[in-house]
Amino acid sequence: MAATAAITTTSSPSLVDTLFQRSLDDVIRALRSSPSSASEETVISRALDEIRREIRSPDLDTKSVSLQKLTYLSSLHHLDLSWAAFHALELLPSPSLPHARIGYLAASLSFHPSSTELLPLATHQLRKHFAPSPANPPALAASALHLLALASSPDLGRHLASDLLPLLSSQSAASSSLRAKAVATALRTLAVCPDVAPVLFKPLVDCLSSSDPRTVSAAVGAFCELALAAPDPFPYLPLAPEFYRLLVDSRNNWVLIKVLKIFARLAPLEPRLASRILDPICQLLRRSHAKSLVFECIRTILSSLTDHEEAVRLAVDKVKEFLSSDDDPNLRYLGLRALSMLESAHPWVVEESREAVIKSLSDPDTNIRVESLHLIVGMLCESNVVEICNLLNKYAMKSDPEFANEIIGAMLVTCGKNLYELILDFDWYVALLGEMVRNPHCAKGEEIERQLVDIGLRVRDARPELVRVARDLLIDPALLGNPFLFRVLSASAWVSGEYVEFSRNPVELVEALLQPRINLLPSLIRAVYIQSVFKVMSFCFISFIEQIQAVELLSVGGSTQRSEKNDEQSDTVPLKTTESNVSEGDHGDTTADTVLLLDLIDKKTNFTRESISDLMNLIETAVAPLSECEEVEVQERARNVLGLLFTLRETQFWNIEAAHELKSDKELSEIIELLEAAFSEELGPVSANAQKRVSVPEGLNLNANLSDLSKILTDYDLTPSASISFSLQSYNPQETKEDSVLAVEPSSLLAEHRKRHGLYYLSTQRDGDELNDYPRANEPLLPVDHGDATEDLVKLTTPSLVPRKSKPTKPRPVVIRLDEGDGTSTSHLTTVKKSDNLLSEAIRGVLLENESQPSLSGKLDTSSKRRENDASDNSELISQQIESVTLEHGNSSSRKSRQHRTHKERYESHFKNEDIEKSSRHSIKSSRQHRRHKHRQRGDVTADIVPQTPAIQDFLL
Amino acid sequence: MIHFVILISRQGKVRLTKWYSPYQQKERATAIRELSSLILTRGPKLCNFVEWKGYKAVYRRYASLYFCMCVDQDDNELEILEIIHHFVEILDRYFGSVCELDLIFNFHKAYYILDEILIAGELQESSKKIVARLIAAQDTMVETAKAEAGSVSNMIAQTM
Repeated sequence: MAATAAITTTSSPSLVDTLFQRSLDDVIRALRSSPSSASEETVISRALDEIRREIRSPDLDTKSVSLQKLTYLSSLHHLDLSWAAFHALELLPSPSLPHARIGYLAASLSFHPSSTELLPLATHQLRKHFAPSPANPPALAASALHLLALASSPDLGRHLASDLLPLLSSQSAASSSLRAKAVATALRTLAVCPDVAPVLFKPLVDCLSSSDPRTVSAAVGAFCELALAAPDPFPYLPLAPEFYRLLVDSRNNWVLIKVLKIFARLAPLEPRLASRILDPICQLLRRSHAKSLVFECIRTILSSLTDHEEAVRLAVDKVKEFLSSDDDPNLRYLGLRALSMLESAHPWVVEESREAVIKSLSDPDTNIRVESLHLIVGMLCESNVVEICNLLNKYAMKSDPEFANEIIGAMLVTCGKNLYELILDFDWYVALLGEMVRNPHCAKGEEIERQLVDIGLRVRDARPELVRVARDLLIDPALLGNPFLFRVLSASAWVSGEYVEFSRNPVELVEALLQPRINLLPSLIRAVYIQSVFKVMSFCFISFIEQIQAVELLSVGGSTQRSEKNDEQSDTVPLKTTESNVSEGDHGDTTADTVLLLDLIDKKTNFTRESISDLMNLIETAVAPLSECEEVEVQERARNVLGLLFTLRETQFWNIEAAHELKSDKELSEIIELLEAAFSEELGPVSANAQKRVSVPEGLNLNANLSDLSKILTDYDLTPSASISFSLQSYNPQETKEDSVLAVEPSSLLAEHRKRHGLYYLSTQRDGDELNDYPRANEPLLPVDHGDATEDLVKLTTPSLVPRKSKPTKPRPVVIRLDEGDGTSTSHLTTVKKSDNLLSEAIRGVLLENESQPSLSGKLDTSSKRRENDASDNSELISQQIESVTLEHGNSSSRKSRQHRTHKERYESHFKNEDIEKSSRHSIKSSRQHRRHKHRQRGDVTADIVPQTPAIQDFLL
Repeated sequence: MIHFVILISRQGKVRLTKWYSPYQQKERATAIRELSSLILTRGPKLCNFVEWKGYKAVYRRYASLYFCMCVDQDDNELEILEIIHHFVEILDRYFGSVCELDLIFNFHKAYYILDEILIAGELQESSKKIVARLIAAQDTMVETAKAEAGSVSNMIAQTM
């Protein structure tokens, strides 16, 4: 006993296995009784061990049961079945029906056209089962067809295509279900292997006119798939009469839906066809009770017959019915989908059912809400964007987190589309961005960050508002708790640093940037914060110095007696008094200058020595600990800030009373020059192609081997320990000097770089004339934009004179747009599958060319001949093979083609009769005229549309 | 076309899977996982369609089972719902008020029935009667084949 057990586990299975084999039911019960997923795993692995042993048994019963168990485990527990492919193949030739079926089931569930290597081994067996013989019960042939449909690789399809023919053309009632299955299989074979089109296509066409409804249904389904998948459905146009007959005659909704789908593809190709099918479709739409059919009619009209106003009207009425069906969410959903199809062609439709759409925004179903959101967002235009976005934003506040983000995302995408083409009022939009962030569920931080920075770079007029919004965001403590919004804070910090000149209160800004809770932020964003502090500090300092210079100028230009007073109140710069000085001043030239300067000072916040030194103390206490931060980005920037701070302190600038002293202090003036240079140039959007336009300087070899460099580098000690050992306590004047040089150097380098490569930056700040060099966004759309930038400025600065009218009249600020590779969404071209092309070419060949030519190459048109020339020898071989195949069946196929022709003739006459019948309802005379007219028209149209294919002619008349 | 059919129980157990487009084993597992998390979380009075990876999944719940078919964007959702209903009615007729257990223990029969209704992702047989007749005919054939194979003489002949 022990010996047999040992044998069974190691070697081939024995009789014991066969007799004591667990059935499928046993395995299922064991699985169901396992309490946990872990024990289920053990049951599965045990069963798998058994199966691996049993499946090698020579006894087909044992083998089939074990394969069945494996199939069960694979299809429901995701076990890999591919290793057992050979065992499935072993069962196929079994004379016993149950065995073969189990084999087929396993094969059809597991075989993959590209990864199953044993697939060619099935060829012979499939062919045997396709052959009509009494030994093959229909169940077997059906299974064989099924397997071929699911697992057909190009090779398999090519070899078996001709074997499908007898099944496709069988007329007996008993095999009618097989015929339908063969049609579907032929469809799959055609899809993977277009070469077989000459063999299979004609029998498929014949199936359309079969007397058996099942075959017709299957054939219509097959043609529907083919026409939908084809990149160009033109080759199917000659079949239009057959489909028209079905559209008029068939009472089967499944068939009608498929026919409608085909016509939706064909109607745009042929205007006569469109007007022809219009009537039956409208009748179906009115009469049918099946919602699926009604919906298909609606979709056909809305997608392909949009030129026919009456039909669209009818369809829209039905859509409204759908929208108002309160008890069926499916219909509401589909109604919205139908509306979105019409959105571009007939915007009035959406406008009409606006109420229903907006109501759907509060539907319990997320899918419906998303659809209605898309519709609403699609309705946005320049005139209503403000109103609707405000509403949507309010709605987002009340919605659940997921949908709130849907709304915010949709608004961001639509408003940001094509460089904010919808936005006229950027102040409003920037404020809206700020409000979006206040939504507690907001998780769109990244996109908001991008847009905040982008608007800062592109829209100069929006900057003051942008800085205000950024400040509000920075001082809001609640935002620091939402990790999704950290990126927004980063953008806010950057904006407030970069455009600090618009800030109302820089000191408050620094406080916000250095609040203790910024420790919550990731280090990269903290680095941005500190860099902003750097910018703000240098800005404050520079404006302070400028203030002193201005006062000096004033006191020189005005009366000197006041300077004593200035000395007394050296801490606060008395602007009011100096202003009065100006009015007293009698030197005309200088007054103009001083007025300008005063303007300058007026705009900025006044800094006193005290406030500057307070600011510096504040920065020092907050930033000093960060200079020992472990994150290098933070540490580096903190040290830069401290470096600048100590350098400024060292200069003793507050002892300087007047500008001439300032000039004498060389160090200080150098620093100011550097700082001004560092931040005066404006950052602009960079074109995606900017890098390419930088010409490589002469003598620079980019391809030089850098391996020698490592040798040189080893001479230097590059260990970073020295810099890390810096500590706060070790700061002494000498070191701070070093630091200050370090701090200033990179920025001066940056300035130099910008000066040199200014071409590749957008310098927007220089003056208005240069501004005009940049193409503005949407010039054709917005003629208002043609106004000069200075004019804009005038308008903005004299609001009191020109009372601001309603929003649309406000000139849209300039949005900088680069010529190429910027902002425009790259439309993804639909890559047409090669096989699709091949297929449609092959079918075009079959349907449109002269039928008497038997060979494949003869049937293909010139374009496909070109393809053949390009193709490898391999495909030539294949086509030769097929040629031989067609020759083998030469007799029968030629007979069939004759039959087919008679069929066609019959339908042509059928069509003609019907035409006459219809027109006879009207007066005969008019009908004659009508027909004559149509004849003329037909000639023109076909000449226009299909100059290369004369074969498509009279089908439609 | 229909790309695949899956049946999931309310607990997320898979009861039947059928793939009409070529999917590798891994893709199948992810598709089932993603779709079941999408579908099972949806409430009762919502629409029966969900978007999934550029496809549409049409599902309907019958008792504790979710029947789900994944179709192309331009397919008719209502038609697919009707196909699902059609399949369920045929199952019901065959098993006699079908329940989940029937499908668990007769999973291959469920496949055979589905194969009669759909082939290559297309609806084949819209008549319930004919499907019932075809399946019954197959069953009798299988029974006779089994009876033949199960006879004593056969067993002896095989073991010898």
